[in-house]
Amino acid sequence: MSFPWAKEYQPRTGLTRWIDEKLPLPRLVYNAVGAGYPVPRNLNYMWNFGVLAGFCLVLQIVTGVVLAMHYAANTEVAFASVEHIMRDVNWGWLMRYAHANGASFFFVVIYLHIFRGLFYASYKAPREMIWILGVVIFLLMMATAFMGYVLPWGQMSFWGAKVITGLFGAIPLVGESIQVWLLGGFAPDNAALNRFYSLHFLLPFIIAGTVILHIWALHIPGSSNPTGVEIKSESDTVPFHPYYTVKDGFGLGVFLLVFLTFVFFLPNALGHPDNYIEANPLSTPAHIVPEWYFWPFYAILRAFTVDFILSAQLWGVIAMFSAILLWFFLPWLDRSPVRSGHYRPLFRKFFWFGLIPAMAVLFYAGGAPAEEPYVMLSQIATAYYFLHFLVILPIISAMETPEPLPYSITEAVLSSDKKPVLGENTAPAT
Amino acid sequence: MADTGADIPIRRVDGAATPDGDGDGVRRRDFINIAAVSAAGVGGLAVLYPLISQMAPSADVLAESTTEVDVSAIEAGQAIKAIFRKQPLFVRRLTPQEIEEANAVPVGSLRDPATLADRTKPGHLDLLVTMGVCTHLGCVPLGAGEGENRGEYGGYFCPCHGSHYDTAARIRKGPAPTNLVVPDYEFTSDTTIVVG
Amino acid sequence: MIRLVSIFVGLGFAFVALFALGNGVVSAITEPVSKPPEYKFHLHPRQVNFSFEGPFARWDLAQLQRGYKVYKEVCAACHSLNYVAFRNLAQLGYDEGQVRAEAASWQVPGIDPQTGEATTRPGLPTDNFPSPYPNDVAAAAANNNAIPPDLSLITKARHDGADYVYSLLVGYADPATFQVDGQTIQQAAPEFTTGPGLHFNPYFPNLNIAMAPPLTSKGQVTFDDGTEATISQMSQDVAAFLMWTAEPSLIHRKQTGWAALGFVLFATVLAYLAKQQIWAPVKPEKARRRRAGNA
Repeated sequence: MSFPWAKEYQPRTGLTRWIDEKLPLPRLVYNAVGAGYPVPRNLNYMWNFGVLAGFCLVLQIVTGVVLAMHYAANTEVAFASVEHIMRDVNWGWLMRYAHANGASFFFVVIYLHIFRGLFYASYKAPREMIWILGVVIFLLMMATAFMGYVLPWGQMSFWGAKVITGLFGAIPLVGESIQVWLLGGFAPDNAALNRFYSLHFLLPFIIAGTVILHIWALHIPGSSNPTGVEIKSESDTVPFHPYYTVKDGFGLGVFLLVFLTFVFFLPNALGHPDNYIEANPLSTPAHIVPEWYFWPFYAILRAFTVDFILSAQLWGVIAMFSAILLWFFLPWLDRSPVRSGHYRPLFRKFFWFGLIPAMAVLFYAGGAPAEEPYVMLSQIATAYYFLHFLVILPIISAMETPEPLPYSITEAVLSSDKKPVLGENTAPAT
Repeated sequence: MADTGADIPIRRVDGAATPDGDGDGVRRRDFINIAAVSAAGVGGLAVLYPLISQMAPSADVLAESTTEVDVSAIEAGQAIKAIFRKQPLFVRRLTPQEIEEANAVPVGSLRDPATLADRTKPGHLDLLVTMGVCTHLGCVPLGAGEGENRGEYGGYFCPCHGSHYDTAARIRKGPAPTNLVVPDYEFTSDTTIVVG
Repeated sequence: MIRLVSIFVGLGFAFVALFALGNGVVSAITEPVSKPPEYKFHLHPRQVNFSFEGPFARWDLAQLQRGYKVYKEVCAACHSLNYVAFRNLAQLGYDEGQVRAEAASWQVPGIDPQTGEATTRPGLPTDNFPSPYPNDVAAAAANNNAIPPDLSLITKARHDGADYVYSLLVGYADPATFQVDGQTIQQAAPEFTTGPGLHFNPYFPNLNIAMAPPLTSKGQVTFDDGTEATISQMSQDVAAFLMWTAEPSLIHRKQTGWAALGFVLFATVLAYLAKQQIWAPVKPEKARRRRAGNA
């Protein structure tokens, strides 16, 4: 878009020329994900996950619309209607398993996408808006996934709904009223199930809209890249199509191999057996946990076990929400003049030996029972998590000396086979 | 894809470089791309199959597609409504007079020619089993219930758009294109029929 | 400014989390938690090799038919099978007539066509298996307040599904003599008791289950195919049957999976080759060779 060498859409037939005049939609697509979008030529496979996330969103909407044709949002029959889908609807089991595992894989992809953004500091100027929209998408996804998990009306659905809305009950003074308002009652029942169903259907389309904004914002500065050096000349780029369509297509194939292995051979591995027991408001399962993708945040929630000025419960809730909301401020907390973690020795150390282990511990502890040593582990990891983003990152980004950057993307690419060739970087490579 | 340039050495599938502009190489390269795009297309089409067939009747619906009706209690001149595939089914015991009336009509004069014998089972000329669904646009005709309007020909009358059916449930007047449908059924005993 | 605030907030959260950690450490030292006896005496289910496990799974129809018989003659006295219909039995290898006869051998709730009163009638293939109790209150009243769970989904509603069902059925033991590591439960936890109406079973989460041992003698069920009805055999068969009731599409799913994975693998290889070809000219060594050739 903003690159003068971007190819222009050339309608070839009379019909496409006519459409281009009246509604330049093909031109828009061509410029967005076609040959009209110049992309850095040095993207690695970590840059696949944006397209994969888009695929997951489509997968979830398609299978979700299908499931909605057979599901009944009423506490009397919701559980039975899911069994009806599993047993009697043609290919219903495939639709449901694809949708349930699709949610998990959507989060796998999104977490890797976020990981990419954090390591390569993709959130830094001029891409703050892309990052902010991304965090909004992540929050919307969490809300959608939570409400979707309630719909089968199993034991975990019911108690998940009760516990998560209970988080709002921790707010002083108004908390209880808010919880009752959210549920439309004093415990999850028909009112809650129906509104969750309605919103679970609506939110994915809001996510889709936000994704369009995310991509729009991306096309203003263009894609980042592993060196973090901005595009300087045409030789730094290749057109999105065919170079990245084919590369993303290959990545999609690999993704599908893993995803379909789960759908067809391990469909319940990521779920919880208790959700095959119909909701029973009189008995809580022995060990309730949310879906795995909420575990880090669930661990943070449970790490606050002692009252300190505020109640432990309120600390947990505030910390859990802050753990995500602080991401909004990352572009201003990271002061480094350099983006990529490849050229930031200190940042890199804290990233690999601090943040990643802390996240691993939070993932593990969040799924474990609320007993020792898991609680202590999650307390240490929680402390590091907040220190990393709010204290370490602002300080080290201001003080560390980055390693020398390549002059340009082209130079980085051409020197990658360790044979320096003088003057290479000045000549166009394509 | 065309901008990859013919002046670039082409890597063959077996890894050996071929001379520039080798015609065979170009064809091979196009072949791989076409094959990859086609595979994606075939995969997309394969996914359509479950997506479309999930809307067809589910196993429980198909399993309920037969209905058993006990016809012993129906007296001559009476009709009962049963349910077959979630639609009304009319079972009428004809009086000798109604049979006579039906047989008196010249078949050639009918919009949808059929005799009463064609529309009943051998030996059960008095038992008329039809769908209670007007062949015009699917309303339920009157005439099966006690005291309902049976139309000008003494059979069934559809109030939606004024179709009149005779005592053999054949269309005689009004917009309906064909006679009331006789579903597949058989007598499993003298008093029981199984429809479907 | 934002960074100052952030450092302050970050230190705050970290402090409170570590303060909680310190409290936890202190209480862990001063008041160590004694673990309940379940920890040591609760056993992991035994592994059974079922034909429906693994990627190349299939149903053992003879086993499923035997398991169905065990369910019908033993389990069905207390446990419902709400989500399974008689028509589904066709999948176990019964023909239409047998399914019809099997359905008719069960009494399902019906309505008297003359009076409209609730009554029972012989089942039809389209009916679901009837529940042994009219409602939960009746089920609880008849079973010492422990409602027998519906079995349709039991193997998916428990960890280790069919293995768990098998282990539970064969796992009843005498708490006085049952030992783990040469220690009886009385020695390890003197306060442990198996209350009246409860039965000791180390495969059950809290070791005391309300269900009395359902399979108690060899030959309790007579198998039509002549298989010797040992307790272990009956338990295995009914566990397999309950896997089928929980997931009738299991084998179809895995078979479809192979076709889908095979095709995607083929398409992915093609995509990889296409990617290699399209990227070849812009790969560094390619680009240099090209320039060298032009020079």
